[in-house]
Amino acid sequence: MKKRSVFLLAALAMVLSFSSAITAMAEDIHVGCIFAITGKASWLGEPERNTAEMVAKKINAAGGINGKKLVLHIEDDQGDNTQAVNAVNKLIKKDKVCAIIGPSTSGTSMAVVPIVQEAKIPLLSCAGAAVIVEPASERKWVFKTPQKDSDCVKRIYDHMKGKGIKDIGIISSTSGFGDAGRNQLKKIAAEYGINIVADETYDPTATDMTAQLVKIKNAGAQAVVNWSIEPAQAIVPQNIKQLKLTIPLYQSHGFGNLKYAAAAGEAGEGLIFPAGRLLAVDTVADDHPQKKVLVDYRNEYESTYKDKVSTFGGHAYDALYILTNAMKKVGDDPAKIRDEIEKTEFVGTAGIFKFSPTDHCGLDKTAFEMLTVKNGKFVVLTE
Amino acid sequence: MIWIQHDPVIDSGHILLKSLFFYPVLKKQIRKNITGRAMTESTISDILQFMFMGIQRGCIYALAAIGFNMIYNATGIINFAQGEFVVIGGLMMVTLTMTWNLPIPLAFLLTTAFVTLIGIAMERFTINPVKHPTVLRLIIITIAVSIIIKGAAMCFWGKNSHFMRHFSSAETLDFYGATILPQTIWIIGILLFIVAGYIFFFNYTMTGKCMRACAINRDAARLAGINDRKMVMLSFALSAGIGAIAGIIITPIIQMDYARGALLGIKGFGAAVLGGLGNSMGAIIAGVLIGVLEALAAGYISSHYMDAIALIILLLVLFVRPSGLFGSSEAMRLKEF
Amino acid sequence: MKIKDYIGIGILIIVIAAMPDLVGNDYYLGVLIFTAFNCLTCTGLCLLMGYTGQISIGHGAFIAIGAYSSAILTTKLGWSPWTAMGCGVLLAAITAVIVGIPTMRLKGHYLAMATLGFASIVHIVSVAAVDVTGGPSGISGIPRLQIFGFALNSDTRNFYFSWGVVVVGLYLAVNLIHSRVGRGLQAIHGSEDAASSLGVNIAVDKIKILVLSAIYASISGSLYAHYVLYIDPGPFDIMHSVLLVTMVAVGGLHNIWGAITGAVLLSLLPEFLSFLSEYLQGIGIRYQTDYDTLIYGSILLLIMLFLPEGLFEGLSRSLKSISGFRGKLAGRSSERAD
Repeated sequence: MKKRSVFLLAALAMVLSFSSAITAMAEDIHVGCIFAITGKASWLGEPERNTAEMVAKKINAAGGINGKKLVLHIEDDQGDNTQAVNAVNKLIKKDKVCAIIGPSTSGTSMAVVPIVQEAKIPLLSCAGAAVIVEPASERKWVFKTPQKDSDCVKRIYDHMKGKGIKDIGIISSTSGFGDAGRNQLKKIAAEYGINIVADETYDPTATDMTAQLVKIKNAGAQAVVNWSIEPAQAIVPQNIKQLKLTIPLYQSHGFGNLKYAAAAGEAGEGLIFPAGRLLAVDTVADDHPQKKVLVDYRNEYESTYKDKVSTFGGHAYDALYILTNAMKKVGDDPAKIRDEIEKTEFVGTAGIFKFSPTDHCGLDKTAFEMLTVKNGKFVVLTE
Repeated sequence: MIWIQHDPVIDSGHILLKSLFFYPVLKKQIRKNITGRAMTESTISDILQFMFMGIQRGCIYALAAIGFNMIYNATGIINFAQGEFVVIGGLMMVTLTMTWNLPIPLAFLLTTAFVTLIGIAMERFTINPVKHPTVLRLIIITIAVSIIIKGAAMCFWGKNSHFMRHFSSAETLDFYGATILPQTIWIIGILLFIVAGYIFFFNYTMTGKCMRACAINRDAARLAGINDRKMVMLSFALSAGIGAIAGIIITPIIQMDYARGALLGIKGFGAAVLGGLGNSMGAIIAGVLIGVLEALAAGYISSHYMDAIALIILLLVLFVRPSGLFGSSEAMRLKEF
Repeated sequence: MKIKDYIGIGILIIVIAAMPDLVGNDYYLGVLIFTAFNCLTCTGLCLLMGYTGQISIGHGAFIAIGAYSSAILTTKLGWSPWTAMGCGVLLAAITAVIVGIPTMRLKGHYLAMATLGFASIVHIVSVAAVDVTGGPSGISGIPRLQIFGFALNSDTRNFYFSWGVVVVGLYLAVNLIHSRVGRGLQAIHGSEDAASSLGVNIAVDKIKILVLSAIYASISGSLYAHYVLYIDPGPFDIMHSVLLVTMVAVGGLHNIWGAITGAVLLSLLPEFLSFLSEYLQGIGIRYQTDYDTLIYGSILLLIMLFLPEGLFEGLSRSLKSISGFRGKLAGRSSERAD
């Protein structure tokens, strides 16, 4: 019987070795992508995949990278660390890519960091947490395109200061994104003289947060900050309305999806959150340097996929353009690409990037605009 | 023997509901029982608020648990695809009401019928053909089916959460300082309606009595001329239908996405076990109890550990009463791995 | 220990030795390393489920205990990975005893729910106890393992090491099954009452096996932490525990080689699917990775429908009927179908 299982293993090994023989043409430029296309973070991975495919098509139609065809190898990590590690190994060792875009979530990004560091392949993460690229001296090969959560916190606290709000309650989801935000909120609070009177969390699959909000209310908070990237965050405004709480609600940049506003419905009207300008592109001033990029990307995405644009797809857009711009200059050598990205300045959907050896995110708090929800749409907050 | 215990349990359910609707009495009792002295009005309204949250969660656990019990009684297995029935019910309802703009009662019926058909298909194609069923094998089959249904739902409805309008107004109602959504009242009402229908079906109809007979002793039932295979199919149909209803009524509040099934299923399983497997009235009490415990834990102890606290209590109950709160140890012995 | 098991382990060793040359690509070794971790846990789980008849949907918790012990003790206290791993094993064993004493009295679905509940509690603690476990942000910077100053810094080395651990674990497990204790365990599965009347101390034996399987899981968790170098609560959730049970059941409950087969198959299936999708796209068929879930579920369903005793026994039997191969089926599982 054991022979059979062993035979099976051997057969398997054969299949595996054959498959490794299939390698692509040497003339093309190979770039890897890891997105959470299915599984628990698939609402992030899907727009990212769509965007990457759309941009690659466009680049190739315009003559590729210095005449070479750009080939994307898109892997699905299902939001799972083990799958992400497998995927990044596959991209580096089998597909021989020269750079990798993704993964979509903070957890999976952290899981693949040691591998790309060791293999010396540049990684442009599409996940939010600042710890992915900090400290830059230890994360030599890792970059990220979404804005930093610490900058988001600063924008929120700035706004609160202007309104005279001092005591706040925070409620965050127990995901990598929510937890990183919670840490930043607590860390930066003292700097702005803000006092956190209640610190609550909820599971990303939670269905009702009234208990947490009642606690925040009883603690005497003057405002609530809800930090999450999952769809569950849209329940918080509904619960606030249900409880007839009148204190203002702040959301994180993870709210950057019109579907969340639609899900929150009437209860979402008037909530405040910092986000990239993509969502409120119609209300961005015409002379703003990002205006053209934003309008182009939105129109292209919405006409190609018949779906609303979200900031998440924009992160993949920025990452792919930053990467291909670098490759146009220095070719497909990973080390040269890395050095070039570190010098890159780029006007993208998330903001105006300015990378440096000490900053692998390249965005500061001006990348954010304070937005609010008005009649189910995102608009720039004017007050 | 599983059914003999119903009456005291239904009574305790009545007390729970009575206490809700005769709030002033409850208020007095809370004052007396919990602190022994007068509490402020806001503390009372907080407790009530947590209770509403808990009962709303608990109703869904209870509905999932009834579904588990139906199939458990007929086959002795736990159907891991139960949560998937809830998800498909919710998603189907979203499509019918939000995209096709059907009126809610019609969509409700269509959705329930559709999911019931899925339940029947599942039994016909995956459970019925198994020649030498063992409990573990059937359970793994239900896990496989749940993965397939999940995959199909993902391909069909996509990966985003879907939201749906409330059955009636979304304006909250004030209730002695606490607030309640009309949808929550719908949920409680529909749960009560299902319980009533359940009692009627199993006590006063021939088919229901046949199903009970099968649950108690399948061989004896077969000897008495009952088609036990058909009863298994019926149990899948009913449990899928109940799952669908749970999905339909909860979707306006929680938003549905394709991946929610596993978690709903596990919570429902917990309720079914806590109530005593096979005892559906026990499951309802246990489901509401778990929901309320979670809400109180979130409100008074820590939202970080709220699920853990409900689970710890569940485990402690199991250690003291290995067959659940309302289960009998004799019934438990009948169906083992 | 039977001669067949010796042959099996011998052949397994040869295949392992040849594998890096056979596959010729480090990426596949990486996949096989994760497979090894699953094999190790499933070996322990199979001892528990197949030989004592106790179901556990909570082994993800023991993996988490091992992984977090290694991660916390090495990164925060600077302990050597081996001491940390030992502590993880000790902690998992103690937890198994504490959880096992009340839990192992339960039966069937009640036992399943209790173990599931235990696994969820451990998962919730790993998410919520931010100061200790790092919460959802996890712990990074876990050091690699070193054997006598020889760092496990390549996939080939990790591959040999982790499969070496699997072989040792397998050897011990097979030895145990064919010892007096093992025969006692099988008697428990057959009938607890009969076994106890023959002098088998059921309660103690069940706990012992639970502890042993917890140790297997804990070691696999530690190895995981030292291979990936980053952990967060994600890989240790309830669904992973369910997946482990599925692996054992798919392979065949009553045979340790079946558990290995199931673990290998289900660990490699996602890779096969991704290979399939590349192939289909290569020949111009529009295939979306979204269909993977459907295919995965269907394969699982077909195995359970058509191979009742699990993949291993099922394949052996069909091979036997095809080739007329005369040999006794491994174990006594065919007689013991319940």
